[in-house]
Amino acid sequence: MVREAEQNNETISRRRFLIRMAKAGVAVAAAGGLGALLYDPLGPGARKNIAAVSLPDFSIPNLAPKMAIVSGSDRKATAQKALEALGGIGTFIKQGDRVLIKVNAAFATPPILSATTHPDLVGEVITLCLKAGAAEVRVTDNPINDAASCFQLTEIGRAVEKSGGRLYMPKESYFAPASVNGGELIRDWPLLYEPFKGVNKLIGLTPLKDHHRSGASMTLKNWYGLLGGRRNIFHQDIHNIIKELGMMARPTFVILDGTMAMMTNGPTGGAISDLMAANLMIASTDPVAADAFGATVLERKTASLPFIRKAAEAGCGTADYETLKPERLSI
Amino acid sequence: MKITTARRISQIFFVVLFFWFCVVATMGTEFWRLRGWSVNWFLNLDPLAAIGAALATRTLYRGMVWAVATIVLTIIFGRFFCGWVCPFGAMHQFFGWLGAFGRKISQRIERNKYRKAQSIKYFLLVLFLIMAAFPLWESVSLQTGLLDPIPFVYRSVNLVLIPILDSHTRAVFYSSRQYDGAWFLGTLFLAALFLNIWIPRFYCRFICPLGALLGVLGRFSIWRIGKTKEKSRDCKLCEKSCEGACQPSGKIRISECVLCFNCLHICPDNLIAWQTQESSAGEIINPDIGRRGFILSAVSGLLAVPIIRLAGTLGTNWHHKVIRPPGALAEVEFLKRCLKCGQCMRICPTNVIVPSGIEGGLENLWTPVLNFRSGTSGCQLNCTACGFICPTAAIRPITLSEKLGLGEFSEKGPIRMGTAFVDRSRCLPWSMNTPCIVCQENCPMTPKAIYLEEQYSTVRDGVYEAASADGAAIRVNKAQWKPEQYAAGDYFCEAGGRRARIISNSADTLILEEPLQISAGDRVVIKIHLYAPMVDIARCIGCGICEHECPVSGLRAIRVSAENESRNRNRSLFLKN
Repeated sequence: MVREAEQNNETISRRRFLIRMAKAGVAVAAAGGLGALLYDPLGPGARKNIAAVSLPDFSIPNLAPKMAIVSGSDRKATAQKALEALGGIGTFIKQGDRVLIKVNAAFATPPILSATTHPDLVGEVITLCLKAGAAEVRVTDNPINDAASCFQLTEIGRAVEKSGGRLYMPKESYFAPASVNGGELIRDWPLLYEPFKGVNKLIGLTPLKDHHRSGASMTLKNWYGLLGGRRNIFHQDIHNIIKELGMMARPTFVILDGTMAMMTNGPTGGAISDLMAANLMIASTDPVAADAFGATVLERKTASLPFIRKAAEAGCGTADYETLKPERLSI
Repeated sequence: MKITTARRISQIFFVVLFFWFCVVATMGTEFWRLRGWSVNWFLNLDPLAAIGAALATRTLYRGMVWAVATIVLTIIFGRFFCGWVCPFGAMHQFFGWLGAFGRKISQRIERNKYRKAQSIKYFLLVLFLIMAAFPLWESVSLQTGLLDPIPFVYRSVNLVLIPILDSHTRAVFYSSRQYDGAWFLGTLFLAALFLNIWIPRFYCRFICPLGALLGVLGRFSIWRIGKTKEKSRDCKLCEKSCEGACQPSGKIRISECVLCFNCLHICPDNLIAWQTQESSAGEIINPDIGRRGFILSAVSGLLAVPIIRLAGTLGTNWHHKVIRPPGALAEVEFLKRCLKCGQCMRICPTNVIVPSGIEGGLENLWTPVLNFRSGTSGCQLNCTACGFICPTAAIRPITLSEKLGLGEFSEKGPIRMGTAFVDRSRCLPWSMNTPCIVCQENCPMTPKAIYLEEQYSTVRDGVYEAASADGAAIRVNKAQWKPEQYAAGDYFCEAGGRRARIISNSADTLILEEPLQISAGDRVVIKIHLYAPMVDIARCIGCGICEHECPVSGLRAIRVSAENESRNRNRSLFLKN
């Protein structure tokens, strides 16, 4: 049952009525205005291309490609000597330079298993760069295993700390979409970009390893660790992705560490029996040449590693490393 | 200094200490990260956890012996732990204090009156302890952790609060943390805190089984709160901020008093004291549950576990996704110890240990299971952190040698958490003629537990008739290839029983790495070189790194389930153990 409302005999004052009308008017205008402002007749369209970053060329201009192969078991000594043979660290690192070192810290394994860049090598190169006047030496990688575990167990973290470098642990915010000029695979793909900001020199330090999918993991494949996202899908086209990595990162120089070369069970290894004491340290301004030589140490034919030919054809270097007249030294 | 000031300092100290323990329980190189901090200390002090586990296992593991100190001090002083130490209690008190703003004194007194529902916590206590203590058909289950405030606050702060607060600062974790069912943990945490706005210390008064236990233990306490004269003006100011709702104005309920001392100084006639004498107005020592209530709770506790286990989750109906961390005890023993505190999930550097839901049985709720889809990698081969942090040895501390089956453990082999199974209907090489082997590459075992079957598989529409051959260049009829379509390095041309790698192609011509003897009209087949992964069950430990890395990112093409785990021999796949 509905009760009839009682008659209200009080009349509203003009003043109160006008104030209420004004408030209602403002509310109506606000609702209408907001509606007009937010009106979107088309809805979201297809995904737009994001402005992607790309890496500059970090190589020393007008410097003829050079390579040095030093035999010996003491990584610090062989690395030092190899760099001397390339003209000395001063050829590459100048006063005030900001240097980024890309190591391979992919797995949470101890240095003795040689699945990762050896901490002695990392420490030595940082020290040399700082001696040459580098203002800052950064070290980074986006490992496969848990990053904190990797940098701890490989002892790279401690080596960086001790020698005065700065470790860039990969964080989500450090990645930016990147593209490679002329690339087909690395397009708008997350790249570990933050450590590159303000850097003018790039060094790759790589252990020489067997790799099941690509045949060998050397200096070109080392840049894989700069990618983020679900990068594993690139294994479907491994040789082309390695080629594009070579196109993406043009380093100042690379060092391929074959002191203990991983001959089998790569890239993880896991046993001393997977390793061979090749006792070689290769420094090169040309990563393709370094890899082509590395393949011989792993007893692999260059032909069985199509990425070397592809990278050479893409202009990343030469597969015929002898044309560089590599200096062969020993300690 | 007033004793209430001392109490506040104590509470702040323990809350700060608790948060510090939560923050530092992180692996990493910075000085403040895990360096022997006693991050389990509050769990060690927890008598409910200790008594529950002791009833279930007849032992008191390692640091849990600290609980004896709490018990002794509670016998002497009463529920000091609730009012002075418990970090969750302090949080409740803080929120209760917020809720008092803008309320009149009479309303505050009303909020702090004793309520009959405060006996609920004693029913829960009896239920949980009987579940843990008395085997009826071999069924014992430690479920105190569901409501025990110390595991509650640990898992809430570690698995919900810190991951959220840290999501933009990245000061604690390098990458975002993921915990299955965090919404539920978060809802309960917020509900427990926000209910204090309505009734202060809601959780402590009505639910907390630890508070109930301490209330019972404190019945002989030597010093206690009480009135020095029976008659007073009955202003009830003493109950204005009474944390325990223990009615100090009348017959004080000793088991409810949390020793907050808020009644002590507020009495205008100075009639309340902390003394050895009993209150002049009388005391109520026993919890308000009665014999019938006790019996009903006990019978429920006795039947609860057998009823839950009727699902058969410990028998043939065990759930394959209950993959426990390395070192976890056999399931029956595990369920006697796990507190659901989440410390293993907190410490796990890869974030692969997550709280379970109820899919493996109701008892499994919030116990640790491995989810290889979350986190930064699978279970790391050289890591044994979870067993070292576990406060109850539900996950036993194991050495690396034992985990990996080295040295004296070489006979037993490595500890297996489960086994990886290749789903051939989803695997790129097995089902899509696409090279991959990411799983095999990432297998950390030596030799690898994933091995490869080499295949040369004909590509789609890959059979042609040769039109002409000029050295390493072969032109075929009726081809319309995209240039460089077969140049990836994985494609081969097969003809006359021989095979050569294709290094380049145009619309109808292949360039091979080396010439094949081919003449016009010969059958030419384009093949892709594949390696198809197979799992060697004798070597796989179920670490899940393969599943984590599998590029088929939805339902992974290689997945670990708990079959063949070492800890339950009846789940073995081996013919000989």
